[in-house]
Amino acid sequence: MVPISYYLILAAILFCVGIAAFLIKRNVITVFMSIELMLNAVNLTFVAFSHRWHQISGQIFVFFVMVVAAAEAAVGLAIIIALFRARQTLNIDQVDLMKN
Amino acid sequence: MQLALFIIFGLLAVLGAFNLLAQKHPINSALSLIVVMMSLAVLYFSLGAEFLAAAQVIVYSGAIMVLFVFVIMLLNAGEEEHTDDSKVASIVGFPGAAAVFCLLTFVFLKEKATLGFSHLESALGGAVSNIVEISHVLFTKLLLPFEVTSILVLVAILGAVVLARKEL
Repeated sequence: MVPISYYLILAAILFCVGIAAFLIKRNVITVFMSIELMLNAVNLTFVAFSHRWHQISGQIFVFFVMVVAAAEAAVGLAIIIALFRARQTLNIDQVDLMKN
Repeated sequence: MQLALFIIFGLLAVLGAFNLLAQKHPINSALSLIVVMMSLAVLYFSLGAEFLAAAQVIVYSGAIMVLFVFVIMLLNAGEEEHTDDSKVASIVGFPGAAAVFCLLTFVFLKEKATLGFSHLESALGGAVSNIVEISHVLFTKLLLPFEVTSILVLVAILGAVVLARKEL
């Protein structure tokens, strides 16, 4: 017997740590990892609501989120490799070609 | 029983997430993210989502994080260095994230009675896995979206191969 709201608060903690890591981290791979953390936090809310209302569609939505996250990780990491080949850096402060 | 599982693995997930934030080297962040994902798999299991718990371990911790660790090793990523720009980000980032957290927690605690409790017994009652239910919906009502995701994965494979080539 755990209140569903505790699961949601846990998801909120993970999501906000993901936001903070996304804004504060300077390494492009770590920034990408914090996006994965936020996706995981949202998945937990989907599963908790699916449990609460006995609807299977929440779990299916999580399944689709996992598929899209896998595709996104593959393409994103390929972009990071291409970026590293072009600029020889992973620091996002130094990737500012469009800034000035 | 379920409360003990929730407290142990919830704390583990939160500690892993904060460790991701605190670590300087990306490989340490990646390993703490794996801790978060494994504890979330246990929490999915405690909510009666066995299929998702297995998929979480196989897809997230098994496939995606291995890809991350490969890229970190391949690019020989070192510790991150901070510049003056990043100070602005941390000044804005921490209060912003804390504000979002306070708002969400306020809403969830206010609606605590409406949201109710989780029941592991009813979820796992009869020892029938919900994989039958999931596959039935996935292959009848949601067949078209399921097939579209296969095209999405194919496009992602081609995109990754094209982007990671030597001559772009």
